[in-house]
Amino acid sequence: MNFARILTVYFKELKDSLRDRRTVISMIVVPTLIMPVLIFGIGKVASGVFNKAKSEVARIMVIGADGAPEIVEALAESERLRIVPLAENWKELVAEKKIRAVVSIPENYLSGSDDSDAVMMYSYEGELKSRLAVREIEKQLTSYRESMVQDELKQLGLPASLIEPFTIAWENVAPPEKVGGNQLGGMVPYLIIILCFTGAMYPAMDLTAGEKERGTMETLLCSPVARVNIVLGKFLMVLTGSLGSMLLALLSMGLSFFVIGNVMDGGTAAAAAASGAAPGVMPTIDPLGVLGVLAMVLPVAVLFSAVIFTVALFAKSYKEAQSYVAPLIFVVLMPAMVGILPGIELNAKLAMVPILNLSLVCKEMLSGVWNWGYIGIIFGSTCVYAGVALGLAVQMFKREGVIFRM
Amino acid sequence: MIEVHELQKTFRDKKRGEIHAVDGVSFKVEPGKIYGLLGANGAGKTTLLRMLATLLKPTSGTAVVAGYDVVKEAEKVRANVGFLAASTALYGRLTSREMITYFGELNGMSYGAIKHRIEELAEQLDMHDFLDRRCDKFSTGMKQKTSIARTLIHDPKVMIFDEPTLGLDVMTSRSIVRFVRECKGQGKTVIYSTHMMNEVEKLCDTVGIIHDGSLLAEGSLADLKATHNETDLEEIFVKLSGGDS
Repeated sequence: MNFARILTVYFKELKDSLRDRRTVISMIVVPTLIMPVLIFGIGKVASGVFNKAKSEVARIMVIGADGAPEIVEALAESERLRIVPLAENWKELVAEKKIRAVVSIPENYLSGSDDSDAVMMYSYEGELKSRLAVREIEKQLTSYRESMVQDELKQLGLPASLIEPFTIAWENVAPPEKVGGNQLGGMVPYLIIILCFTGAMYPAMDLTAGEKERGTMETLLCSPVARVNIVLGKFLMVLTGSLGSMLLALLSMGLSFFVIGNVMDGGTAAAAAASGAAPGVMPTIDPLGVLGVLAMVLPVAVLFSAVIFTVALFAKSYKEAQSYVAPLIFVVLMPAMVGILPGIELNAKLAMVPILNLSLVCKEMLSGVWNWGYIGIIFGSTCVYAGVALGLAVQMFKREGVIFRM
Repeated sequence: MIEVHELQKTFRDKKRGEIHAVDGVSFKVEPGKIYGLLGANGAGKTTLLRMLATLLKPTSGTAVVAGYDVVKEAEKVRANVGFLAASTALYGRLTSREMITYFGELNGMSYGAIKHRIEELAEQLDMHDFLDRRCDKFSTGMKQKTSIARTLIHDPKVMIFDEPTLGLDVMTSRSIVRFVRECKGQGKTVIYSTHMMNEVEKLCDTVGIIHDGSLLAEGSLADLKATHNETDLEEIFVKLSGGDS
């Protein structure tokens, strides 16, 4: 190993890669833009749709309105509901989303009679606007029912508190950064893992199969530099791509949240909606947690870089390399996705599973939980995997059957 | 100085079994001489030269290039060899100067020495017009000149040319032939593979005719013509390699 030669190879590859449009797009442009687009774009659209649905006046129909004018009156009081005349084909109208819901009031709806039937609501399950209409109807009906009970109590001379002996209230006591960590914590490691992978992908393919295809690999191998130095120089470039795109994405994400939080007040709800946090509360992340995540990501980035490098090395052309590397994305995504599932917690066994362990431990660290035992196992095991992968890359590079595969 | 002794290279192919690409080749090239390796496509020229440049490892046999063993001292061999083949391309996104500088650095040269050497080579090869332009926009001639400068940056004692004129036009081919002759003039050991008879006749002190991985005949052009009672190299070549078919 000769460190000066490794650096010579590395700086040449860096210069070369920065002049390659494909690599620049995947390494710099995409990771920088993806977070703002996700946060502003999807968050805005999602909250816009939700708000619009909420403020919309829902058209509903009532069956048996003549038998219960009081209920109809209670429903009509709501600004969000508009009762339209009943049509024969009301079921189809609901299914076609022409009306949001239908309320059916049977003649014997009052519990006083011997056999009473329930007031039925008919809606389109899974449809947001229909669900909001049902919620509104239910609210109106409940408050009407309560007012009926209170009237009864008054007539009997009993206090109103009889039906509500105590009240229930709710408040969050977890620090806001922990709430944010829990909610963002699932998403951030997932994105970090994907970006680490895609950032390494293009340089890895270009520096191996791409060089073979262009005939520069043979030129490079003519130089007196030991193979191991060439591999390590190239590998460092791939690692730079991996870490670089991930850091750029994190920076632009941080910046996006900063902009949302400070500049555009109206955007807060959008950001909150995007991250799933309660409206009005900015999700904050423990900065120490971010540093911890970065440290944990390092061996994973080494692992990804070495694996993609080795796989791409077998290909004769860039295109062939793409068809080998693309399926790896699924291998990486699956454990990363499992990590987002609610309820999966870190244990000693899962701490040995690469990628999944990162996803799980990041979730904990971002919410300020530092489980040093697991962190040690995860860092250690990933370092071992990464070391093995890097050793394999060096060995493969030395094999002429791989380098001169025809 | 190149000394090759019983060099052998066997590839394993799933369909065709064992292939003896180079099968027991021995020869010797003295400094200041050009050895021409004449053979048809697939005769084993490229495999042989790649072994001499230490890109491939011999299956058996030995070769000593510039005083170093190609297996045991591969890096020292490469430090003393300039390898130019039709298949050794340039980095398209680097300029000619960056390309040559890179290989100077890989050879462990100091920045000052590289700069000085590039000036020298650019003068010799008339490269000043395109030295700072990117290689992917080059004409074949410019590419070839850059490649030559790349192989010469560390002033190697041994030059290995593997069909360097393949696919080049007459003018560029001539300039390469002239350049190979200059290498000889500087006392370098030169080995030159081709399937072009006229290049061999113009350049080589000794000719080796290779077919199916074996050297069939070897000697100076005059010797070969006398032994085989032919005046035309092409006729000798066809006769040795199994005749017209």
